[in-house]
Amino acid sequence: MKEAVTITVNGTERQLDVDPAMPLLWVLRDELDITGPKFGCGMSLCGACTVHIDGVAVRSCTLPVAAVTGQVSTLDGLEADSLVQTIKDAWIEHQVAQCGYCQPGQIMAAAALLKENKDPSQEDIFAAMSNLCRCGTYPRILKAIQTASSNLRARGSKP
Amino acid sequence: MKNLGRRTFVFGSAAVVGGFALGYYAYKKPYKNPLLEDLEEGEKSLNPYVIVNKDGVTVIAPRAEMGQGVMTTLAALVAEELDVSMEQIKVIHGPASRAYFNEVLLTEAVPFTSLDESSAAKNARSATKIVTKFLGWQITGGSTSVHDAYDKMREAGAAARHMLVAAAAKKWGLNQDLLSTQGGFVTGKLDQKISYQDLAEDAVSVRPPKKVKLKNRSDWNILGTSVQRVDMQEKVDATATYGVDVRVPGMLYATVVQNPFFGGPGKYNPKNALAMRGVKHVVDLGELGIAVVATNTWYAMQAAKSLQVDWPKKKMPQDQAGHEQAVQEAFLQSRDSRNRNDGNVKKALAKPKDKIISGFFRSPYLAHATLEPMNATALWKGNRLDVWLGSQLPTRVKYLGEKITGAKSTNVHVHNVFLGGGFGRRAENDFAEQAIRLAHKLEGTPVKITWSREEDTTRDMYRPLSAAKYEAVLENDRIHALRLELAAPAVAASQASRLGLSIPGPDVTIVMAAWDAPYKIPNFQVNGYRVKQMLPVTSWRSVGASQNGFYLESIIDELAEKAGVDPVEFRLAHIEHDACRKVIEKARDLSGWTTPLAANRFRGFAFCVSFGVPVAQVIEIQKNGDKIKLHKAYIAADVGVALDPRNVKAQLQGGMLFGLSAAIKQKITVHDGRVEQTNFHLFDSLRLKEAPAIEVAILENLPSIRGIGEPGVPPAAPALANAIYRATGKRIRSMPFTDQVEFEV
Repeated sequence: MKEAVTITVNGTERQLDVDPAMPLLWVLRDELDITGPKFGCGMSLCGACTVHIDGVAVRSCTLPVAAVTGQVSTLDGLEADSLVQTIKDAWIEHQVAQCGYCQPGQIMAAAALLKENKDPSQEDIFAAMSNLCRCGTYPRILKAIQTASSNLRARGSKP
Repeated sequence: MKNLGRRTFVFGSAAVVGGFALGYYAYKKPYKNPLLEDLEEGEKSLNPYVIVNKDGVTVIAPRAEMGQGVMTTLAALVAEELDVSMEQIKVIHGPASRAYFNEVLLTEAVPFTSLDESSAAKNARSATKIVTKFLGWQITGGSTSVHDAYDKMREAGAAARHMLVAAAAKKWGLNQDLLSTQGGFVTGKLDQKISYQDLAEDAVSVRPPKKVKLKNRSDWNILGTSVQRVDMQEKVDATATYGVDVRVPGMLYATVVQNPFFGGPGKYNPKNALAMRGVKHVVDLGELGIAVVATNTWYAMQAAKSLQVDWPKKKMPQDQAGHEQAVQEAFLQSRDSRNRNDGNVKKALAKPKDKIISGFFRSPYLAHATLEPMNATALWKGNRLDVWLGSQLPTRVKYLGEKITGAKSTNVHVHNVFLGGGFGRRAENDFAEQAIRLAHKLEGTPVKITWSREEDTTRDMYRPLSAAKYEAVLENDRIHALRLELAAPAVAASQASRLGLSIPGPDVTIVMAAWDAPYKIPNFQVNGYRVKQMLPVTSWRSVGASQNGFYLESIIDELAEKAGVDPVEFRLAHIEHDACRKVIEKARDLSGWTTPLAANRFRGFAFCVSFGVPVAQVIEIQKNGDKIKLHKAYIAADVGVALDPRNVKAQLQGGMLFGLSAAIKQKITVHDGRVEQTNFHLFDSLRLKEAPAIEVAILENLPSIRGIGEPGVPPAAPALANAIYRATGKRIRSMPFTDQVEFEV
């Protein structure tokens, strides 16, 4: 029954002796002590567990670790990523978080969006940002993404 | 409001006082500073709110940070008077201690409305502070944190400053009055300057002042401005620690299986679960369920799912119809309260049937659905208990720890971390008690219990289901008579039973934000009826106001429509209270209420006073075919003093969205003795694309400061229902609205 699973998390290869069916979220949280991705529902309904796999936003609570093929990144591992830093700066500028529990997932969803599309329309943001926030920080999440988008474009236009 | 003094007593606080008759001296005697028990090398504590060490000043914000920004605002109260900047201080929750009791918890549990400033009302509120002192509850709830801390934490900052200045004066041989403070330094003559850190050692031996003079508002540097939240950086970096993130070396991970039928302990065979990968223990916690302990939370949850348990059912109606029936039956039983009885309603309603306007409304049970499921971590080792969790009532956790383990108070350490949402749920202690009992059985091993979302939803303690009915008569386009009857299970009684208390007398939560509404109606009666206890119920952000706001404001709107008067003007015609009028007028003007709307746009208005805060909301909706889309919303509110305007605004917006989520989407129903909704696909909240933009205006006309965590919630549902009425001609009489109207997403 036991077989080693290997995944790359935040640039480091990790060998794991876990049930291959274990969702990535619980590998990150309880095996690797990476607690940025949060547990909210276990059914991919709320997005609190959002991580990136090869830059794409993925809800890690239902993804078996054995099915992970790309590079896994978590918010706590993206300190050096300038796009993520721009988003975090906008989050602070707009003082987005309240309880803050959903915010790592929200920021990862926003980062995946802005990586693909530096100038998203409001409709694009609506489509990409389906994560649940019980505190109702949505008005500021929207503004922060728009600020980050504008800052990214301003920087991009510089030589 | 003149007649309100003779109303029946609401919360029975006199009876509670009787149990704590320790005398005035004991009341005046302060609790000792709990920080002194646990100081590290080089740390000095000047009072329960201030620690100074070599790194600077640490401020204790002893209310649970669950998103409402309380850590920041409470710390700002101390920082302002201590003359340190927010950037210079570290802020922590501090230990669980009676020293941090919530003094104003019961100030609304008096027979006077929250807007009543008469001396009789003030005296009655003041008397409740003796009760809360002896209860010693460090509780975050009832929108009380800022109200409670406003004077005492500014005084703590000023007292600490006084002691530091006195120490400097002694050192330099100068008169204290010649010294000044700024940015964490005391300045004397010429270039004499010394940091608080360097003064701490001497300052602790200075006798604290009996009285301090607080700054005038015009001298504030921090308060009244929008500051950076002290928890923002770590919440954006994903380094903030919530209960669910606590890690202790050598810990095991657990989950619980609880009786979905709310009955007692079940029968099961743990053999198969114990054989599953990663599983270490299956521990019976009796009434609290069964804990499955493993090396990973997921292993524990898998094994928990595999447990076949034969659960006894609770004696209560086994389906939703039975629960609704119980609400109807309550109307036929004897009244729980009649806190408002102006004029002679019976006589005024003795009119021909066609003159009587009447209606019926109802609301469902609701779950709290904090995004972070219930959890707690505990370690019992060497006669010492440590508990890590997010709690709205940490002194109760400490009490349970002492009771369960038999440890001395000084050996029970409650570490309150960030709460991933509270909304009232985390003032309950079931999850804390589970962790303590489990750790006690697994001596020496730290263990964290994390509930699955399914356990969290199906074993919540709910916002009660309820119903309202009314009869009214109009005269000269005004309400001449209104009888409002409200039936709901008693929240305070349900909570108290779990705390081992019984509350005599009527339950104020049943009639909250209705009996005390500021409407002046010549004949006005509010009757409360107590529905029998079925599902456990507790505080849910804004408590009874969450449903009663919907009822009363739908009724007022319906009566305005029957009178043929604009709903805003109709409300103003019935309200004299100046701050309330200004809030209504502000929302009217902010929303452009009197200006024409684009085609297929409709507005709804609602106004509620809850927790002493008048809030008016306008919702503008777009009707696309048969579908409704939320377009824009407006809020005006009065908090007396807005200590941090941006945070007040965030609370109002968040409160409104919380109320709209419930109004549009949420219900908890019972089928075959258990809650039907298990996860977010069956109990959803608004998502970003569904949330309207919300403009906010904050007023400061109330005579005293008020909290804003809850008052944004109650007007949301009726404002939307009233807009839907204008758009469709259909009066929405029950929640959730999505059962009756289609919303566009």
